[in-house]
Amino acid sequence: MTARATDPSPSRRTPGELLLDVRGLTVTYRSGRDSVFAARGVDIALAPGETLGMAGESGSGKTTVAMSLLRLLPADALVTGEIRFHGEDLLQANWARMRSVRWAEASVVFQGAMSALNPVRSVGDQIVEPILLHEKVGEKAARARARDLLDSVGVPSRRVGSYPHELSGGQRQRVMMAMALACDPDLLIADEPTTALDVIVQAQILTLLTDLVRERGISLIMISHDLSVLASTCDRIAVMYAGRLVETGPSRQVIGSPLHPYSRALAGAFPTLGDPASRLAPGGLPGDPPDLRERIDGCPFAPRCPEVEERCRSGEVPLLELEGGRAAACLHAPGYDQGRDRAVSRG
Amino acid sequence: MSATDQSRPPQPPQQRQPAGAGPGADIEEKAPSRLVPVWRFTVAVLRMPSGLFGVLVMLGFVVLALACPLFIHPSDLSVTQATGPLLASPRHGYLLGTDPAGRSVLTLVLWGSRTSLAIGVMATALTMVLGATIGLLAGHFQGHVGRLLMHVTDWFIALPSLPLAIALAAVLGQGAASITIAIGVTSWTGTARLVRAQTLAVEARPFIERARALGATDTQLITRQVLPNVMPLILVSSTLTVASAILSEATLTFLGLGDPTSVSWGSLLNNAFMQGAVTAGAWWYLVPPGIAILVIVLGFTLVGRAVEHVLNARVQPR
Amino acid sequence: MSVGVQLDAPAVSGPEEAPERSEFWVYLARKVGAAIVSFVMLLVVGFVIFSLIPSDPVSALTRGRPTSDAQMNHLRAQLGLDKPLWERFLTFVGHTVTGNLGYSYEYHQSVSSLIADRLWPTLLLMGTSTLISIWLGMWLGIRAGWNPGSVLDRSASAVSLALWSVPTFWLGLILLVVFGSGSVGGIPAIFPAGGLQTQGTAGGLAPSHILDVGWHLVLPCLTLVAVIFAQYVTIMRSSIIDERGNPYLLTARAKGLRDEVVRRRHAVPNALLPSVTVIFLQVGGMIGGAITVEVVYSWPGLGYLTFTALRIPDLQLLEGTFIVFSAAVIICNLIADLLYRALDPRVRRQ
Repeated sequence: MTARATDPSPSRRTPGELLLDVRGLTVTYRSGRDSVFAARGVDIALAPGETLGMAGESGSGKTTVAMSLLRLLPADALVTGEIRFHGEDLLQANWARMRSVRWAEASVVFQGAMSALNPVRSVGDQIVEPILLHEKVGEKAARARARDLLDSVGVPSRRVGSYPHELSGGQRQRVMMAMALACDPDLLIADEPTTALDVIVQAQILTLLTDLVRERGISLIMISHDLSVLASTCDRIAVMYAGRLVETGPSRQVIGSPLHPYSRALAGAFPTLGDPASRLAPGGLPGDPPDLRERIDGCPFAPRCPEVEERCRSGEVPLLELEGGRAAACLHAPGYDQGRDRAVSRG
Repeated sequence: MSATDQSRPPQPPQQRQPAGAGPGADIEEKAPSRLVPVWRFTVAVLRMPSGLFGVLVMLGFVVLALACPLFIHPSDLSVTQATGPLLASPRHGYLLGTDPAGRSVLTLVLWGSRTSLAIGVMATALTMVLGATIGLLAGHFQGHVGRLLMHVTDWFIALPSLPLAIALAAVLGQGAASITIAIGVTSWTGTARLVRAQTLAVEARPFIERARALGATDTQLITRQVLPNVMPLILVSSTLTVASAILSEATLTFLGLGDPTSVSWGSLLNNAFMQGAVTAGAWWYLVPPGIAILVIVLGFTLVGRAVEHVLNARVQPR
Repeated sequence: MSVGVQLDAPAVSGPEEAPERSEFWVYLARKVGAAIVSFVMLLVVGFVIFSLIPSDPVSALTRGRPTSDAQMNHLRAQLGLDKPLWERFLTFVGHTVTGNLGYSYEYHQSVSSLIADRLWPTLLLMGTSTLISIWLGMWLGIRAGWNPGSVLDRSASAVSLALWSVPTFWLGLILLVVFGSGSVGGIPAIFPAGGLQTQGTAGGLAPSHILDVGWHLVLPCLTLVAVIFAQYVTIMRSSIIDERGNPYLLTARAKGLRDEVVRRRHAVPNALLPSVTVIFLQVGGMIGGAITVEVVYSWPGLGYLTFTALRIPDLQLLEGTFIVFSAAVIICNLIADLLYRALDPRVRRQ
């Protein structure tokens, strides 16, 4: 039985409690005659109010997984598995139902707010739009709500008529957050919300985000390639590589004592905010991620792993739950071999 | 740009690759390789249905035009010696009916292909020479000369082509030569731009610098290094130019600028128009020349597109 | 609930808006200056074509008319043909700019008054055709570009290609012979066989006159639209295709909007921006079509005037129409530049 990202221990979680329950999520693209597995067998469980960070380099599949939750991938993506939101499998829902779930129950803060906002409409219009769509309020009430939202994210409400290009990068990101909160969702998906912002603004945005989701009891899935960003905002972290989950666990432990060599490299690659020493020794990763078109035998990280052995290169290395609510997909993780024997003996 | 109202054929549904990508280009930075074998290239073009159709049309057109004198006698074309009924609708013996002078419309349309082909080819040659020269110079000499040439080109594009062609042909007098010149002068800008873009792309590659360092003169650089790489683009462009040249010739001749004694599709339509075929309802006199133009222009355009597609497919292997 | 002081500075404040306005005037001056340069170049070309190339303009002018040598010499002096080249050119420029485009011996009227008379039928024809083509092009182009490769897209492309491959005048002839002659296959002459209005109808803005002109306008307009709408389809289609890749469309979809709403409210306004300006840039290409259509339908506009000038040939008149057509294109290009600047809130700020 493979562990899921975020259950502290399997026995404590019942499916009925979960806000989001993803099982076996696999996303495949057809490219000519090949199939590209952008995500493979991903399981996620999220309780109301919980925060989960998804880490990995570009191409690891974290954005694919996040976008697939609301079925926002392009039409040629094949998504299989189960995505249970409030107990309902969204992959089986029809489009009308999908559209009503979008934004009203789960919304997205996209990366690159300059291009994620419509350049020829005012930010106020763009915040009002989902309100008018999903709720039965009039134009005036919606506008008032938009102004309140702007205030709550620290943008003066008189900017409600401004165009995106008239705002700074940080302000645009705040606008994106205000927009995402417009319909009081239960889940917020933030895709690289601080990329392309300078460090000071980054910190402000992260604080804002954490405060907002805590105040409103919103669950958060945050995606970033920067582990330190996730460390400060998320309860738990899931690390992805080549479309698979390779490690999950409470964030402090995943960063402090990573079990998987890839997590270790990620944790070393970015200086921690507030720790000057770490700036001097980031651990760069040699090599490139694997070609997702090919069937990979053994651990996908083997070609780049500093601790690779022969037995890593063949057979499956699935994500197994280990002690303390942690899980890893590495033969060298303490307790992994025993865990595998246990799983095999359970059948 | 052509001397008609229609500047460029509409784009096909598939995504267009940027023309500046450089047909026949290598990924590695070595001296330009010789073009892929012509045979393989031709086969690739013929494999596309549009390419096949176009090539057949082109060949048929050329063969017919050249072969006409074998089965058409001057008496068939003479107004005075014609024997058929005047402006009669199609019936046995006259597949496409007769014109107001009693000549067979079918014969006239077949014979008209010669003038259209001749003027189309010559105008295209002129366009290519003018456009390629200016494009090469503008791309190679990037200083004041290049910029000046570009400004002139851009300005020229802004001039409406048909009024310009009419003005030129009017002052140069009636005849095939003035039409050819008029078409050449109004169509060169498209080629010039393409060639310039390609020249810039080619000259950005290291082997040009090496050649320059080895002491090559401008002429040598242009003729030996740049031109071979630009040639494929010119060829592609020329098929599309022939298509628009034929359209332009038809339009200019229709307006009365052509040689009144020669038979071309434009002049047939001009005659039809002037001699009241419209009010007489003589559709058999009006339809065939236009259909002929349609088929030929389609053929050349499709070939041009197929060639473009094949050349681009080689640059960006999928 | 506010979240404390925001440290990131706003991008636009009061003092920064003043330079924006003066930037616009600089831009305007630059573009108008370029247009004037283009116009001067145009005059040079016109001069070269009409005054330099013909070996003897006077004999060309008086072709077909018995003229004595004395009259020809008088004409030569009148036209200033004995003066040096640069002086002739300057006179020419001076005349053109003040509206003196010469005299037509065939019509016994000044060229400028002739052009003024024939201007509005051409504007009517081109204006109506442009409006219809834009509407049709937008409708078809947006839908074709939203789903590239679909049946609609491919058929639109095929039809466009076919229409591009026939000469405009031929389309006009066919339409005319089928619908205007009454002599083909029993189809009655639904539309008139040419001209602007029926002889003898009351002029001015009387409703009957307007209807009459409109009835005469149908076939010419249809012909011109058939040929030019394809260009607008292409423009809109590529605009939409370019927009499709933009991230803000994903945001719109994530909000739960339906596909048509995403297209209509988000993609189209952004795609329209460049299209509006391109429409003005298309005018140059449309002029050729207008000329041939006017000839086929004997529509008494500038194109038909050019055609009759060609047959005489009346070089002064030809020169006049050539300059007017080209100047119109220069003006339209200028409008396109200014419009783009005025419409795009992003470009405005630059």
